[in-house]
Amino acid sequence: MKTMMKLFLAGVAFAGLFASAHAEDKPTIEIMSSWTSGGEAAALNVIKTEFEKRGGVWKDSSIAGFGAADAAFQNRIVAGDAPGAKQGVIGLAAADFVGQGLFYPIDDVAAAGKWADVLPTSIHDLISYDGKVYLAPTGAHGESWVFYSKEAFGKAGIAEEPKTWDEFFDDFDKLKAAGIVPVAWGGQPWQQTKVFNMILLSQVGIDGFLKIYVDKDKSQASIDGVKKTLEILGKLRGYVDAGAAGRNWNDATAMLITAKAGVQFMGDWAKGEFTVAGKEPGKDYGCMIVPESKGMVYIADSLWFPKTGNAATDKAQKLLAEVVMDPAVQVEFALKKGSVPMRTDVDKSKLDVCAQKGVELMASGAIVPDQAIVLTPQQVGALDDFVDEYWSGGSNDAASAAQNFFAVFE
Amino acid sequence: MPIKRKPNLSATIALLPTWCAAVAVFIGTMAWSIRLSFTNSTLFPSSTYVGFAQYSKLFSSAKWLASLQNVLIFGVLYVAGCLLLGFLLAAALDRKIRFESAFRTIFLYPYAMSFVVTGLIWQWMLNPTLGIQASVRSLGWESFVFDWVVNRDMAIYALVLAGVWQGAGLVMVIALAGMRGIEAEQWKAARIDGIPVWRIYISIILPQLGPALAAAGMLLAMGVIKTYDIVVAMTNGGPGNATEVPAKFIMDNLFGRQNLGLATAGATVLVLGVIIAVAPFRYAMHIRARAKGAA
Repeated sequence: MKTMMKLFLAGVAFAGLFASAHAEDKPTIEIMSSWTSGGEAAALNVIKTEFEKRGGVWKDSSIAGFGAADAAFQNRIVAGDAPGAKQGVIGLAAADFVGQGLFYPIDDVAAAGKWADVLPTSIHDLISYDGKVYLAPTGAHGESWVFYSKEAFGKAGIAEEPKTWDEFFDDFDKLKAAGIVPVAWGGQPWQQTKVFNMILLSQVGIDGFLKIYVDKDKSQASIDGVKKTLEILGKLRGYVDAGAAGRNWNDATAMLITAKAGVQFMGDWAKGEFTVAGKEPGKDYGCMIVPESKGMVYIADSLWFPKTGNAATDKAQKLLAEVVMDPAVQVEFALKKGSVPMRTDVDKSKLDVCAQKGVELMASGAIVPDQAIVLTPQQVGALDDFVDEYWSGGSNDAASAAQNFFAVFE
Repeated sequence: MPIKRKPNLSATIALLPTWCAAVAVFIGTMAWSIRLSFTNSTLFPSSTYVGFAQYSKLFSSAKWLASLQNVLIFGVLYVAGCLLLGFLLAAALDRKIRFESAFRTIFLYPYAMSFVVTGLIWQWMLNPTLGIQASVRSLGWESFVFDWVVNRDMAIYALVLAGVWQGAGLVMVIALAGMRGIEAEQWKAARIDGIPVWRIYISIILPQLGPALAAAGMLLAMGVIKTYDIVVAMTNGGPGNATEVPAKFIMDNLFGRQNLGLATAGATVLVLGVIIAVAPFRYAMHIRARAKGAA
């Protein structure tokens, strides 16, 4: 009996040895993302399929909710058990990790793939830290979008997309009169801040926007721009329904899909929800940049590559970076996710009408970065508080609120 | 005269690992957190000391001040509400009613649910477009309003409502056990004297339940400091700052906002707050114990 046991244990140990040796051969990666909704998961699957086709082994550790995924990621980094890849935005959000030497540079992949030539310069700058490329960009999202239900617009007798905020508010009144909720509002701080930003861009223009967020310019022109933005935001309060507080963005999109509401202010990922529901852009729903806006706010996703000290993962990280930037993957990913490809040299004919509008704006440089790209996470939080406090506070004193705006950057 | 006990060597050795763990884990991490609260740490711990800068930032933050006020309102109403409702339920079940065990199970059942589940249930019920308000309106009462969870002034009371619904069952069980321990003779004596039932509960039963209710109150109060999950599930701190609580403020800054310094400053203030609140009680008990010992 004892010898049997010994033999068995030896066998297990032996098998274990072989199994691990076998796994070492293949580039294996554990990827952590918050892409769990229908469209997002389908997009992530595009990368996965191609990665596996090229011989990689994929382990998915997706966690619903951006904040929850970030918290889990930080815990694992601090515990010294980093995943092979993490989905995150480009820019300052990753800067602390890179500064601490926790990420793996993918300079050689970028050089071999000539990333500097195929990416817009501003994007290439934002994925590089101290002259080295660290992040692999997956796609960009436009965040200045207004989606509207054609059915709801039809019922309210609205024939044309509004060109100015005044026309827009007239349309809201028409929707209200027709018994439709004018604005499907997602009452969560991050969504409210996105609306604030798109209105701000429509009021101060591209230069003014960059002055405020990048240069932190406190001039009277900036303060006036914030004030006008807050006035429009305050006016919007009258056009949302009672259930808006705390509503998820996809629940708000569902209100458009069922024609219970007229419009939604959201990033272009909302298209993914329409697509899953079998709705077509231009036919069932329309998309337009907010009135009076000369450009578009954008956010860009990427994959981060933490150092894991594991040779198989190092190999996998390089392979994954290649896959993500593959032209075919970029287009397919964008179609599923509702985003815009990062590469400028891909075939855009497959993209839908909304994405093509976005690509045009991107190509002409009429874009400004989202706050998560240019502000630290602390400042992003303070901005959320500022907008939420104004929106929920019910105060209409835009002038004095605008005076306090710049405390966000302290 | 008290007997001085000799320290037992083997017992000391046996307890040593536990002591080390307790000191390292509890005191050590607490000291570490307090140290961090004096640094400018953001995502990672840093050793650049900034004095009380994080604390002055903390107390100039409207969100933090609102969260302190909220936890106070919530704490007082939640503990008082649970004790009152729990006692009333226990008194009702104590009247030797039929199906007592069935009712006991029903009333205790909410306590078996996590705060996340409780929060979600009440969020749906109080949501004006889905829950109670929508149902009553669809029955024909068009002007009915019950929108606490989205109303800035009432949202904190919505939390209390959900909390009391969850916690009252626990108090009921503890109080009921206490009532069952009271001798039947007292009841008979009171009946002979012709004292009404409500008066018996207030003047005879309630004073004897003191220790049981104090224990229940202590359990609930400890939960108040930790209040986090019910807020996240129900309102996520909103609308605005209306239901922000310290634990959530700390968690948000710890993870979402990568602001370790500010988060640990908040945690330190919270610990100090608890010590300040608990110390007088402990001191009073100590004095009372000494007085008893002397007598």
